Amino acid sequence: MRLGLVIDLDTCVGCHACAVACKQWNTSGTTGPLTDESPYGAAPSGVWFNRVRHYEVGDYPHTKTVNMPLSCMHCDDAACVTVCPTGASYKRGEDGIVLVDQDKCMGCSLCAWACPYGARELDPRDGVMKKCTLCIDRIYDDALAPEDRQPACVITCPAHARHFGDFDDPDSAVSRLSRERGGRKLMPELGYEPTNTYLPPRSAPAVPTADVRRGSLMSSVKDWVNKAIAR
Amino acid sequence: MHPALSVILFTVLSGAGYGLFSLVTLLHLTGLYPAPGPTELMTQLGLALALITFGLFSSTLHLHNPKNAWRAVMRVRTSWLSREAVCALSFYPFALIYLWQIPRAGVEVGPLMVVVGGMALFLALLTVFTTGMIYASLKTIRQWNTALTPANYLLLGLALGATALAAVHAGFGGRSEGLVLLALGLVLLAGVMKGLYYLWIREVTGPSLNTATGFTQARVRLLDQGHTAGTFLTREFGFDPGARRIFRVRLGVFGFGFLLPLLLMGMVLAGGSSLWLALALVSALAGIGLERWLFFAEARHGVMLYHGQRT
Repeated sequence: MRLGLVIDLDTCVGCHACAVACKQWNTSGTTGPLTDESPYGAAPSGVWFNRVRHYEVGDYPHTKTVNMPLSCMHCDDAACVTVCPTGASYKRGEDGIVLVDQDKCMGCSLCAWACPYGARELDPRDGVMKKCTLCIDRIYDDALAPEDRQPACVITCPAHARHFGDFDDPDSAVSRLSRERGGRKLMPELGYEPTNTYLPPRSAPAVPTADVRRGSLMSSVKDWVNKAIAR
Repeated sequence: MHPALSVILFTVLSGAGYGLFSLVTLLHLTGLYPAPGPTELMTQLGLALALITFGLFSSTLHLHNPKNAWRAVMRVRTSWLSREAVCALSFYPFALIYLWQIPRAGVEVGPLMVVVGGMALFLALLTVFTTGMIYASLKTIRQWNTALTPANYLLLGLALGATALAAVHAGFGGRSEGLVLLALGLVLLAGVMKGLYYLWIREVTGPSLNTATGFTQARVRLLDQGHTAGTFLTREFGFDPGARRIFRVRLGVFGFGFLLPLLLMGMVLAGGSSLWLALALVSALAGIGLERWLFFAEARHGVMLYHGQRT
């Protein structure tokens, strides 16, 4: 199994609900708490496993806003695991999830230095590195209903922009989506073989305006009156 | 990258210590050390061990969970940091036996000293190389991901070690042109290598915001990084001193690190007082300290692309 996420940049509305749901679930999860620093102060900061950033693609007038959630890509060739001197960082053989053993981590931050995606954040209070677990304490929990055995970010997404599944299974929803929609990996040139895949926005055809009828004389007068008279 | 004082102290001081130890051992074993006395050799090697130990202790200060530091020897197969830890630890027994042998055997080199000294020499240089490789192996930081990084670490450590060697030798009243020439040559070589490094990193390579977001056919700009205050990522990787400050510090690196020591050593060779060597050592340590600060400060981590930083 190679578990991971597909993130649809066409439907993501950038609401940060995935980031908040992640924080809420994981702060009481296996690698919690996700410590906050001065949460009610002037400069609130803290540990997050998932962050959403916003970009503008293209030049005016052909621009598009793209919302980009970024969390651990659960790379096939994970550099964070390679550089870890203590063996605290490891990649599970059975499902490819990259985890940190909090009891072994010495907090040297080298894995965060090796990660180009900013997926790892040091908890200054616990002194250990923390990261996305792909909600390992949800997806294998038999006490949950089968439809709830998904990462918190996937379940909460109101736009259904996030999908969870097995990339080794060619018929899984994530494999089909990334195949059919031309899914992309981020920074493929570094060779870390990230699992998470991003679906590019669909190119929608322009809405034709040739057949739009002009308004009647009466409606033009009404429009003018409505504009001219202040309420 | 955020320049952490503990890591700067560690790499500069232990680099100098390993450089000093390996040069003293090499000269002693080959019989090239000018008029060696047991006290002088002990002082040289003791100073080297003190620098190394202080540096290694300082390196543990940047760990956020030092009680697990002993685990750092567990992943020698993949991690350069683990390899560094193993090399640094296995250096000690050989170095201490070597040091212990000097008052017993005098300055004569016996077979035990050749074996132990050879191992200490090899492990000292290997430790400095592994330190360089920790940085050179990170593909996320283009300024570090080059063979010039370990080359710089090795040469700068040897240059500092040679300067210290000549200064301590002068402190014992010795006046050896050979040692000063060795220091002068190594400082010059290290300076040329550092110059090459600064030329090399001018070329922008590696990922861009286009490959980082997957939009490779259009311009991509950051609209909003999604948080109002700093995060671990911006604190650790977002340090940017600016081009003017980088230029000024580079002047300091070349001035204090290479030019002033070269000038002072030239004065000593021309017949000046040997005391200038002490000033050369202080100047070189300050200059290489600036060099190490800059090594971190001017490195750009790939994740900052996502935060709107270019190159």
